[in-house]
This record gives sequence, structure tokens and C-alpha cells, in this order.
Amino acid sequence: MSVPTNLKYSKSHEWVKPEADGTVTVGITHHAQELLGDMVFVELPEIGRTLKQKEECAVAESVKAAADVYSPISGEVIAVNSPLADEPGKINEDAFSAWLFKLKPSNTSELDGLLDAAAYTELVENEEH
Amino acid sequence: MLKMTPLNQTHRDMNAKMVDFGGWDMPLHYGSQLDEHHKVRQDAGMFDVSHMLPVDIKGDNVRGFLRQLVANNVDKLTLPGKALYSCMLTPQGGIIDDLIIYFLSETWFRIVVNAGTADKDVAWMLKQRDALAPALEITPRRDLAMIAVQGPNARAKVWQVISGSQAATEELKLFQSTVVNQYFIARTGYTGEDGFEIILPAADAPSFWKALHAAGVAPAGLGARDTLRLEAGMNLYGQDMDETKNPLESGLAWTVDLKSERDFIGKQALLDTAVTQQLVGLVLIDRGVLRSHQEVVGQRDGAEYQGEITSGGFSPTMNQSVALARLPVQIAIGDEVNVIVRDKKLRAKVVKYPFVRNGKALV
Repeated sequence: MSVPTNLKYSKSHEWVKPEADGTVTVGITHHAQELLGDMVFVELPEIGRTLKQKEECAVAESVKAAADVYSPISGEVIAVNSPLADEPGKINEDAFSAWLFKLKPSNTSELDGLLDAAAYTELVENEEH
Repeated sequence: MLKMTPLNQTHRDMNAKMVDFGGWDMPLHYGSQLDEHHKVRQDAGMFDVSHMLPVDIKGDNVRGFLRQLVANNVDKLTLPGKALYSCMLTPQGGIIDDLIIYFLSETWFRIVVNAGTADKDVAWMLKQRDALAPALEITPRRDLAMIAVQGPNARAKVWQVISGSQAATEELKLFQSTVVNQYFIARTGYTGEDGFEIILPAADAPSFWKALHAAGVAPAGLGARDTLRLEAGMNLYGQDMDETKNPLESGLAWTVDLKSERDFIGKQALLDTAVTQQLVGLVLIDRGVLRSHQEVVGQRDGAEYQGEITSGGFSPTMNQSVALARLPVQIAIGDEVNVIVRDKKLRAKVVKYPFVRNGKALV
């Protein structure tokens, strides 16, 4: 599957979508779900929680393992994808639309430090070899 | 260099995700572990279990040797083809391995042992053979492959593939086996479903596998095998038990014969040791997933106790998390315990296992 070019990526395999209103949407990448296998449980952060960049804030569990999800940038949690908790398999079906939470960034310059699609693709390819 | 079964290329051709399983290059899944799990519960799936090792023991009075070698009593095996599940113990009562013994004739028994323990099992058997019955011949059969076909429709699909097998195996009861041409067919398994485990010459394995696939049997990997056996409440060696644990604290008292006069390796230790722990089933009440090695805590009669999950995971049939856990013997069915998952205490209920049998949840 191709890596969408309109998104930014963290080295820990989260994707970040900058929205028109200045907020960002966060999920885990197709590569991450492929490594984990069938997803069976998702734990989302509480709305209103303030996150630092790289802070553990959610858990994605598959049949195989539990994976921590790290906040790609600092900010306040303003929404979570609650229906995902009942249908974690949506992440396997389409990881780039099955978002986990939305943030109001507290330091937008952190977005510049994230990877673009080309750099993320290279990271994944290097991991696989 | 990883060891490969005769089906290695066949798995790769079917796009299996391969993993290192105790030194063996084995299929984890062929796309979706959950789909494979449901296929076995509802229809038919097949597993390559050729990494497990059949060991043939031949000669005069094999039975006499096995009476001493294993904890269950081979005198229960009276009908040729009958199988017996047993542990093989150290003199201290620790579990060297769990295995299945097939009684073929008084001069030929076949034992199927786990992959990860195969080398030490054979070394142990040879050592005991030299001491107890030096005339016996013990032969590891790496020239054979083994395929488990499991599910409510598994037997019917095997009958389509092996001509003459229906007449020969339709009357087999659970834990019975027979031979049809080059196929050794046993009505055994590790999923809690009906089906066969079939031992055959390695060279025949790929074509047999493909014929089963053509008959509608879904390939299933080690991932589904693990969730199926956990739901079925079947122990996994190295996880639910090992040489530091005895069968009485591993939910396997039913496989140990302490009543007969017969002496066997480990018997005295079992008689001398007080049993303080037991294996119980847990069903998670809160949301989350139980995993092996998570700590279990609780209170009973005013005292704190601790235990550990030995196998845990998500049950696809029950759509919730279940586990096997080793807890003090005072803990009873129906008790509520806490499991420490990351930084939280999640509530779980102690239940009788198996959790699932023949497609249906039991708890």
C-alpha cells in the first residue's frame, strides 16, 4: 500500500494529518498494523488530556501483541474515535482512515520535525532489511 | 539457519507470514489469524505441525519401558491404535515434555513430542532406555511430516482426499488412530474441534496439503493454533508448564496415575510434594487483553496473594480476553481477581476451563 503524501509521519509509526482548522488527526500507519496483525483492542486517551511529544497516550493491541501509541506532537486531546473501540479491525481494513484521536497542537513547529511520505517510506524499507 | 518443514515452500507460495518459532521457520498466518481461527471453529482448517517429532520405540516389551518412562499409565492402552496423553517427568517431578503415545502393537509404540523439546526428549529417552531396557530401538522420524486437519467438517474433507479413508476412519473414536496406505490417521488435535492429525512421508506432504486446500480446507498458522488451543484450555509446553513445574500444579493431575502400584520416574517426588498452586481459567471483565506473564493479585481470607498468567490472549470465539493463570490452590471458581495490565488493575473472574469446545463457548 502506498504511503499517503498529504500526511506526516513519526518514527514510531503514527500518521498525522494537519487539518484546515489548525488541529491534527492522529492514527497508526498501514505498516504498523501489518506488523501487529489483526487488531482486537484499542485504548484511547481521555479528551482534555495534555500530551507532550512522544508521550505514551494510547494502546493498540492485536492478537499478537500490545503496542504503545506515542503522541507525534504536543497538544491537547480534543476528540477521540470512540467507535473504533468496538471495531478495532477497522485499523486493519484502512489504517489511514481509522484515526485514533485529534489534537490541538501547542507547538506547531514540531510538525516540521516529522517525516514526509518519502522519508517514512525509506524508514520502513530500512526496517524491513 | 532456521529449520524447515517439508511444507516450507508451500507456505511461502501461499503468502504465509513466516516467523522464527523456536528455531523453526513456520507460518504465523496466511493473511488473517482471526479468519483462520473462525474457519477452524466453523468449517475446516489445516496446520503444518511437522516441526513436532514422531519417535518410534520398537522391540520386546516396549510397554514395560513406557510404564516407567511416563506419568500416565500405558496399561490404559489396550486397543491397537489407541492414544494416550501424558507427561514425561524428571525424578523431581518436573515436566520434561507433554506428549501423545500411540499404541500400535506390543513391539511398536509411537510417541509424538513437541518441537522445542525434541532433542532433549530423545536424549532423555535414550538415557532411560540404556538404563532400563537396552534392547529397545528408539528412532526419531524426521522423515515424516505431520498435518493437523481440524474443524467440524475436517474429517469429511479428509475423506474426500484420501481414497478409502472414510471406511477406515469413520468409526474411530477420539484418541484412536489407524493406518490407511501411507497415512497414519489419528482422531486427535489441539483446537477443541473434531478432526484428524495425519502423519505421512515428508515427500508426500506438499501434494496432500494442496489436495486438502482444493477440498476447501483453509491453511491456518501458528497464531490461530495458539488462540484455538487457549480457548480449548490446552496447555502449551514452555508457557503453562516446564521442568520447574509438576503436572499437579499445571492442571494435568488427570494425566497422572498415582493409584496403581506401578513406579515411574517422578512418582515419589509427586507423592512427597504438597500441591500449593493450581492452573485456573480467567475471563477478563474489564476491557483489555490478558497476556502471559502478567501479574495476578487478590485477597482471600484477609491475606494477599499473587499469581501469574501463563497464557493469555483474545478469544475470537467469545470476543473477550481469556487466560490460564497459576494461582494458589485456595482460589476458587467464581472468585474475582485483579490482573496488572500496564499501570492498571483489571478485574477478571476465575472460571473452569476449557472456554470453548466444538464451536461453542462454555463460560
